Amino acid sequence: MSTEPTDKAKFDGAPATPPNDSWHRRLMEGRAGLFALMTTVGVSIGGIVEIIPMYSIAAGPEQMAEVTPYSPLEVAGRDIYSREGCVQCHSQMVRPFRAETMRYGTWSRAGEYTFDRPFLLGSRRIGPDLHRIGGKYPNAWHYEHMRDPRSTSAGSIMPPYSWLHKDTYTVADVTASVVALQTLGVPYTDEEVANVGASIKAQADAIVADLATAGIQTEPDKEIIALTAYLQRLGRDGSAAVKAREAAAPTPL
Amino acid sequence: MSTLTSASNHSGQAESGANVMTFDADDAMVKKFILASLTFGLVGMLVGVILALQLAFWPANLDLPWTTFGRLRPLHTNAVIFAFTGNFIFAAIYYSLPRLTKTPMWNQTLSQIHFWGWQAIIVSAAITLPLGFTQTHEYAELIWPIDIAIALVWVVFAINFFGTIATRKVKHMYVAIWFYMSMVITITVLHIFNNLALPATLTRSYPIYSGMTDALVQWWYGHNAVGFLLTTPILGIMYYFLPKSVNRPVYSYRLSIIHFWALVFIYIWAGPHHLLYSGLPDWAQTVGSIFSIMLIAPSWGGMLNGLLTLRGAWDRLRTDPIVKFWAVAVSFYGMSTFEGPMMSLRSVNSLSHYTDWTIGHVHGGALGWVGMAAFACFYYIVPRVWKTTLHSMGLATAHFWLATVGIVLYIVAMWASGITQGLMWRAVDEGGQLQYANFMDTVLQLMPFYWIRLVGGLMYLSGLLVMLYNIGRTIQTSGSAVVAAPPAAFAK
Repeated sequence: MSTEPTDKAKFDGAPATPPNDSWHRRLMEGRAGLFALMTTVGVSIGGIVEIIPMYSIAAGPEQMAEVTPYSPLEVAGRDIYSREGCVQCHSQMVRPFRAETMRYGTWSRAGEYTFDRPFLLGSRRIGPDLHRIGGKYPNAWHYEHMRDPRSTSAGSIMPPYSWLHKDTYTVADVTASVVALQTLGVPYTDEEVANVGASIKAQADAIVADLATAGIQTEPDKEIIALTAYLQRLGRDGSAAVKAREAAAPTPL
Repeated sequence: MSTLTSASNHSGQAESGANVMTFDADDAMVKKFILASLTFGLVGMLVGVILALQLAFWPANLDLPWTTFGRLRPLHTNAVIFAFTGNFIFAAIYYSLPRLTKTPMWNQTLSQIHFWGWQAIIVSAAITLPLGFTQTHEYAELIWPIDIAIALVWVVFAINFFGTIATRKVKHMYVAIWFYMSMVITITVLHIFNNLALPATLTRSYPIYSGMTDALVQWWYGHNAVGFLLTTPILGIMYYFLPKSVNRPVYSYRLSIIHFWALVFIYIWAGPHHLLYSGLPDWAQTVGSIFSIMLIAPSWGGMLNGLLTLRGAWDRLRTDPIVKFWAVAVSFYGMSTFEGPMMSLRSVNSLSHYTDWTIGHVHGGALGWVGMAAFACFYYIVPRVWKTTLHSMGLATAHFWLATVGIVLYIVAMWASGITQGLMWRAVDEGGQLQYANFMDTVLQLMPFYWIRLVGGLMYLSGLLVMLYNIGRTIQTSGSAVVAAPPAAFAK
């Protein structure tokens, strides 16, 4: 049976007078397997060429020895950051522009993200970038900001996250995350994995004690403590590494 | 299985010599996919309007974990991309593929598994995302058990799709099938490689890639999800439904060959334009920008082939809402595929990145191109598979204007908002200090635009409601037009 439209009245959706002698029609359009194969090859090349070099030292992202893995409490905080979708409104990538470094601090280097699984660079700044937020404000600021964003930032359109001050994380849950990350290659020692509970207690107690000096009474197992620990860690290894290199070398990194 | 009859029944027909084929079983699937697309389209767009309100009026976050912007935005994007558009694509493929191959879908059981499996995935997404279960990768937020379900259901669809092609009774595959095929293959590859992760718990996993590599793989996925779910299948749909709607042949066969292969090859490279000025190696950023600029050619090849197919049928633009929807859809495709490459230039991106310009850009594609194409197809398909005539051409025209004006309000508001905020971020005073050192100043400036965007979104949603009413009334008269020539939609 013919697939060619014989006239406009019987037009069946095919192009006008497709040339039967076209190489494409002869070689490709009748062979579904070959067509699928060529399509697969066509869509594969770009990804292969761009992604594979990321695993080579020379062509891939730079590494920074000063950047170390997140502590278990910070891992818990990062999971909360992911859960609440903070990344929908906050980036973690300071671009190398003067206006950005004046606002946020030194720009973000690739090596700072070595232990970021998943990456949380973000794509929209409805709120400010957070990559250099670590150490910028006291713990109490974050505590109050999550409870009522407008108490610290007048005019903010961020919703309150009051449940973070009531809900708790569990050591068992954090341990599951740390074990998975270790399996993926994050260099946690077996000893660190065995002592997740002690590590969490030490870091969380310190934050609770610091909050107490600001007159805030809370418990170390509250989610806000883990989230604060994560936010206070952000960008600090990278900033320290950059400062050290700038001090050691005449030209900035 | 499908009934093959020689009755002069216009529904589901494919001309085969003197005989006419019908595909009743496949058309039953088409009906289901259309109803699912409309239902989830309503949900997805309603959530979009709620998000727009939340940005203009923060108390609309309701102080509940499940209704905050951060958790609802992935629900909006996933619902619109995978539920509304996904079901629309499947409806159009189950309608057009049997007609183009003169073969019913290969296996009706697989069709059913495909449909119900996909809807189950959507429902599980609608439950898990507000609960905060997420992988955080944009448009790949769904947690690992759902990802596995997606892979399985997609393979079921792929088997059914290629089985139909393998048993086709038309030797040469029409151009629409090439585009469908590129979607089936590429989405498989993208979904699998972007979701490789190690589960820590039932609801949480960590990707096998870290840092900038994870970012690159994600935007290789993210950009090409746009490319091969929101672009190539819709182009395939355009190649079937646009010529059918205006009863004109496709403008150029050669152009369709060139722009198909160029699109398939070039699209994949452009992902790094989402990571300009990041820690991604400079060479990768530059390659992403170059290929993004190159993408203008095959994209506009598709646009021109669509618009020029309307040659000789432009008079129908005044009277036929389906032609109106197609003309605007293809125009927005051309606009978005010019705007995107421009935003991939480092100089433009330095201003547009992180701002609402990006949000406006993606809605130009989603509301303008995908949405309008979907509406054109629904107005075309519904009367045919339900064997009746459209309830009201006037309401369809009203829908067209509501949607078109809504899109324009939305996009213009986002352009203004994005450029305003981008300029305020970089503004320095005479002393070289930041002019708007308080970030909040750059946010509060956007509120008027956020209200305008809300109005635009509400208009688009209202248009959808008008269509739902129109289609509902149309379905009530199901079976009233057994013989419909000229095509049912134009009977009045």
